[in-house]
Amino acid sequence: MIPGEFTYHRPSTVAEAVAILASHGDEARPLSGGHSLIPMMKLRMAAPEHLVDLGGIADLKGISEDAGTITIRAMTTQHELIESDLLSEKLPIIRETSLLIADPQIRYLGTLGGNVANGDPGNDMPGLMQCLNASYVLTGPDGARDVAARDFYEAAYFTALAPEEILTAVKIPVPPAGHGYAYEKLKRKVGDYATAAAAVVLTMNGGTVSSCSIALTNVADTPLFAAQASDILTGSTLDANTVRQAVAAAEAITEPASDGRGPAEYRTKMAGVMMQRALARAAERASG
Amino acid sequence: MSDIEQIPVTMTVNGKKVQRFVDARTLLIHFLREDLNITGPHIGCETSHCGACTVEMNGMSVKSCTVFAAQANGAELTTIEGLANPDGTLSALQEGFRQMHGLQCGFCTPGMITRAHTLLKENPNPTEDEIRMGISGNLCRCTGYQNIVKAIQYAAAKLNGTDIQEAAE
Repeated sequence: MIPGEFTYHRPSTVAEAVAILASHGDEARPLSGGHSLIPMMKLRMAAPEHLVDLGGIADLKGISEDAGTITIRAMTTQHELIESDLLSEKLPIIRETSLLIADPQIRYLGTLGGNVANGDPGNDMPGLMQCLNASYVLTGPDGARDVAARDFYEAAYFTALAPEEILTAVKIPVPPAGHGYAYEKLKRKVGDYATAAAAVVLTMNGGTVSSCSIALTNVADTPLFAAQASDILTGSTLDANTVRQAVAAAEAITEPASDGRGPAEYRTKMAGVMMQRALARAAERASG
Repeated sequence: MSDIEQIPVTMTVNGKKVQRFVDARTLLIHFLREDLNITGPHIGCETSHCGACTVEMNGMSVKSCTVFAAQANGAELTTIEGLANPDGTLSALQEGFRQMHGLQCGFCTPGMITRAHTLLKENPNPTEDEIRMGISGNLCRCTGYQNIVKAIQYAAAKLNGTDIQEAAE
């Protein structure tokens, strides 16, 4: 399988990349790790006439922390996320999630920016970024703008990203030290997309949940921030009754497809199960 | 003469510098096999699942069916052809796969060994679980993986100078 013909561009700055995208509109696509786009091109589900390889842009690499915010530049690979000491210390849920994505070879090339930008509802990072209340920096011809991960996704493969924009960085507010976290993913095999998955970040104080954030992966056209479920649990002691109500609230917002991963009803229930497991594990890890 | 844009690429493949022109859409696996006649990396699924096309690129294991040759411009590549010891004897991994019967049909073997090569560089003393997760991007349809895991353990032990389990069960 060989992709269709295209013109290859390898800019060395974001400005140059944006200019190429702007001059070709819909006919151009940015290429990051390539592990979504290249298979799509082989299958002719994508046929860009211009491919803008972001691999030569040094500015798109790196992880840094400033004033309570961690900034991960878009071309940072899953492998680099896993290896990052800063993330292991401050945002260990990222490492936990990355390790559940694809396989080692793909994680060496697959990037955070590509994972969150392409709008595939099967991707794991979008839900996690909604859970963490991250924002995306979108850079276009008129400069950069920030869009919250919770507002970015419109439908499968439709996002707030304009054709002439590049997602250049992800900004994540650092959760308090001692927070509990877990990403639970049900999948059929290594490398599979989730049948259902859930991300939970919470803080506890004397056995009571003082803050809670939950998001779900691959049980709708977009990742789902489970706002109501998060609210129900905040202030609770995670007693069985409250957890049951929160799970029901989360299940109610799912709208999964029936496919090879199971019928819709099953995937909805599995979203609830993943959420419950993630909650339990997060609570166990939380101090305070 | 075709009007398809030709992109100049330079790479170091198994220690040898190569310079060619490629079509933008040429995948690295086709470049290796068809332009360089390096046929160790195999074409299996072509959809980045099976890992038969695995090569090492700048110290990373990658599936060369899902990388454009143009993206590998300037890269340092190692394939199964570059893994034997300089004197031509088998590397620890190659020896391990032979000793422990780490292959049957052999189709996945170049990708498996090339992947394991990078794995052992990053983690010279992996647990069985780390080996299994480390090769989870490589499919084998013959062995059931048991002897592949043993082969990699054999190589790790040999490279670390620890005791080697002699033969496969």
